[in-house]
Amino acid sequence: MSNPISSRCAACKYLRRRCPQDCIFSPYFPSNDPQRFAYVHRIYGASNVGKLLQQLPERARSEATESLYYEALCRIQDPVYGCAGIVSWLQQQIHDVESEIAKTQAEITVFLNSTVNISEPNTQYSRTNEQGMENLTNKHKEPLQ
Amino acid sequence: MASSTSSTSPCAACKFLRRKCQPECVFAPYFPPDQPQKFANVHKVFGASNVTKLLNELLPHQREDAVNSLAYEADMRLRDPVYGCVGVISLLQHQLRQLQLDLSCAKSELSKYQNLGLINHHQNLGINNLIAAAGGGGGGAAHHHHHQFFPRDRHHHHQAIAMNSYDAASSLLAMNVSASLGGQFHHTPRADDRSRNIIDPS
Repeated sequence: MSNPISSRCAACKYLRRRCPQDCIFSPYFPSNDPQRFAYVHRIYGASNVGKLLQQLPERARSEATESLYYEALCRIQDPVYGCAGIVSWLQQQIHDVESEIAKTQAEITVFLNSTVNISEPNTQYSRTNEQGMENLTNKHKEPLQ
Repeated sequence: MASSTSSTSPCAACKFLRRKCQPECVFAPYFPPDQPQKFANVHKVFGASNVTKLLNELLPHQREDAVNSLAYEADMRLRDPVYGCVGVISLLQHQLRQLQLDLSCAKSELSKYQNLGLINHHQNLGINNLIAAAGGGGGGAAHHHHHQFFPRDRHHHHQAIAMNSYDAASSLLAMNVSASLGGQFHHTPRADDRSRNIIDPS
């Protein structure tokens, strides 16, 4: 049994064949989006896509088709690097942002250290105050003995 | 005439395909015989004829990079048959978003400290002047400790990340936007990459 010619999926239309009722492509390549299958077929080939989908559980096939389509699109737009180019670009971006974070944190540290140095003249005052407190404490201790 | 293949071993592609490796074999420069898995993976995912077509559409100096990127994608697809390379992109995009939030937080903190530093600097100059004027005697407020003013508050950032926790569908949607910008993501060490549209007659 096959689908009527008018309702063949995009894959079977492209491949000019009958679309069986259990067509592996039919749920994921609707006839109203012929370019989707065209791209995927151009990069992977119908047979490879069919084999890949067959090996997956049904619940995973929709996501797999989406990712195959996305990768095919990337490869068509960038025949040299495809999706790998995007991976590379993202890795570079991550490296750059990490460097900038480290630089900013270093600036914060430098800044904190320099503000501690600015406050040094007051420590002399603080030490004087602490000594004064200590003297008061000792004074109070003696009568208790 | 002695066969040339008797002195050089067939490339990994021809070994895999069990055919004679011709001198002009399109695969030979990129699939050396000591890396059989590379071609096996590429063949499994893309197919030999698709790879041939892809390579023939590129200039010779572009083909090595193309083969290596295909090998990478094939490897990713075999490791993750559902998402392949796209899964890696998802993860990296998420990581990048988090880092950008972290950077924004760090810059905000730095600018607060810079502003505070300016204020404190002026205040300290003022106090020192008073002390000097009073002959170094008592009086004066206790010294402020900077850290108490701007405790790190990253709670709202974690909330933002939680709200952004995505499923594959939304990440793929986001990537569709990236895909439309994919032309920008060239990694072209060579200056004449724009000539790639010229079809090599060979």
